[in-house]
Amino acid sequence: MKYVIIGNATAAIGTVEGIRSVDKYGEIVLISSEPHFTYGRPLISYLLLGKTTEEKMNYRPLDFYETNHVTAMLGRTVTSIDKNIKAVILENGEKVSYDKLAICTGSRPFVPPMEGLDTVERQTPFMTLDDAHRLAELLGEQKDKDVLIIGAGLIGLKCAEGILHLSKSLTIVDMAPRILPNVLDEYGSSFLQRYLEDLGMKFYLSDSVARFSTPNHAIFQSGMELDFDVLVVAVGVRPNTSLAEEIGCEVNRGILVNTHSATTVPGVYAAGDCTVSHDIAADTDRILAILPNAYQQGEAAGVNMAGGDKVFDQAFPMNASGFLGLHMITAGSYDGEAFITTTENSYKKLVVRDNKLVGFILIGDVDRGGIYTSLIRDQVPLDTIDFDLIRQHPQLMAFAKAERAKKLAQPH
Amino acid sequence: MKRVYVNEKWCLGCHLCEYNCAFANSGVDDMVKALKGKTIAPRIRVEESDSINFAVSCRHCDNPLCVKGCISGALSIQDGVISIDSDKCVGCYTCVLSCPYGCISTSEAGAVQKCELCTKNADGIPQCVAGCPNNAIVFEER
Ligand SMILES: Cc1cc2nc3c(=O)[nH]c(=O)nc-3n(C[C@H](O)[C@H](O)[C@H](O)COP(=O)(O)OP(=O)(O)OC[C@H]3O[C@@H](n4cnc5c(N)ncnc54)[C@H](O)[C@@H]3O)c2cc1C
Ligand code: SF4
Ligand code: SF4
Repeated sequence: MKYVIIGNATAAIGTVEGIRSVDKYGEIVLISSEPHFTYGRPLISYLLLGKTTEEKMNYRPLDFYETNHVTAMLGRTVTSIDKNIKAVILENGEKVSYDKLAICTGSRPFVPPMEGLDTVERQTPFMTLDDAHRLAELLGEQKDKDVLIIGAGLIGLKCAEGILHLSKSLTIVDMAPRILPNVLDEYGSSFLQRYLEDLGMKFYLSDSVARFSTPNHAIFQSGMELDFDVLVVAVGVRPNTSLAEEIGCEVNRGILVNTHSATTVPGVYAAGDCTVSHDIAADTDRILAILPNAYQQGEAAGVNMAGGDKVFDQAFPMNASGFLGLHMITAGSYDGEAFITTTENSYKKLVVRDNKLVGFILIGDVDRGGIYTSLIRDQVPLDTIDFDLIRQHPQLMAFAKAERAKKLAQPH
Repeated sequence: MKRVYVNEKWCLGCHLCEYNCAFANSGVDDMVKALKGKTIAPRIRVEESDSINFAVSCRHCDNPLCVKGCISGALSIQDGVISIDSDKCVGCYTCVLSCPYGCISTSEAGAVQKCELCTKNADGIPQCVAGCPNNAIVFEER
């Protein structure tokens, strides 16, 4: 059996580990445009922040490809797939044949049309290690650059966290009326915004850049004008679906996969940010561009490609998105009855619908929050636990005795 | 594989396991020096109520969601033991968000902490179990 994997990030590594849990000997070829050894993509902001170094960013031990007998073709791009001869075709025309194919192509930055954007020389997206290098170079070490970030989503804010200490000033603009709208509710957004403003970030919300004029001047829809030295465009991401689409895989924004990570084309699997998942908390299909999801979809793809049977059907949004000392974990959907506790330094919201916990936000105190996540994941009926108790703190005491014994007196 | 299992009906709620854990992981030879006057951050924690107590530490899951969600590769499976490389951890808390049992603890130092079955300090003999006066936690194959 010969497996080909397109991509070299979390979904691809999950696929390798999934395959090897079933098939120790089949040939694996992994092809990726990025030339680097597999690295944790979310670490690029921690790199700029100084919380990690490039030497420590490897997502797996440095002998990973050898230990797993993977031929890694790094710095190579798949330009098309020929499903009749079962081969992927690379940028130089080279063909690599496969028996089973995994598409783990992730996403790319989305750049909306903005007049004059192409005249801005010192700009970068913030998606890859190379982007982080370029940004560091643009900023230099003098702390003398005024920075403009377009986008107050996770990537824009993570970038801001990483470079605040390297910037003279840091301004973030977003069309949405509040920051991190996909992760937080209104209260959470304003809580975080205040925290980040106190650290020196400036926000312009419900606004956007109408046009850029040279040199390095932005004119906003609201009429506001701003000079900057460095621009980061972090408006959003789009899934890389074209390879899959061209061979007839069904695509609806992302590649459609079933709970076995199989696409609608036999022998072709897909995982990670390029796919659509079924979100069990909101009971809808959507793109869940988060790392834990990418890994588990990839792992299921790998196991099933190798002839095993693995289902991944527990997808839902979850983010640990702390910023500069403020810890924060969130999961699920916020549509339902809310139970809220606030203190000066913390915010906690649990959301209940149909006798189930469907979402939560913990800001400040995140201790043992994964117990709440498990209530969402396992769709635990709340009348089977002591909800009043677990509302105070996440704890196993709230489960019935037999359930506790399952958790603590049995292997998992 | 041997893991730590809980007999909740025998737990006295004495918290000795927490102290023994903090000591075993302190890297200091003397228990008094290691713990006196310090807020301890043990990797095992006792839950208490009026009628029942029990100690919770990492289950060393066969399907470790903490490892699968770790953004840096700091968490890994080493011969069945779920281990942490503190040097690689960036303190993002995705593992805190992922662990169904609340077994990853945060620490001031930045990196998270978790039970590694004393593989890095006491030759793989979990000190919480060794010091439990009532067999309320045991280290065995199940
Ligand atoms: C700054 C930042 C911070 C983030 N923080 C978090 C976080 O805290 N928590 C979290 O859960 N998620 C976070 N994410 C999201 C997380 O990084 C993604 O969910 C995860 O990387 C998805 O993995 P993937 O394997 O699906 O795709 P990707 O990581 O996008 O990787 C896809 C790979 O495929 C390669 N590729 C694409 N097309 C081709 C082709 N045609 N030929 C060859 N190779 C190709 C690309 O070069 C790339 O290496 C963050 C993302 C960013 C950018
Ligand atoms: S930390 Fe939690 S998820 Fe990870 S192995 Fe231990 S019990 Fe399982
Ligand atoms: S806090 Fe550390 S161990 Fe936990 S997920 Fe983040 S990097 Fe991994």
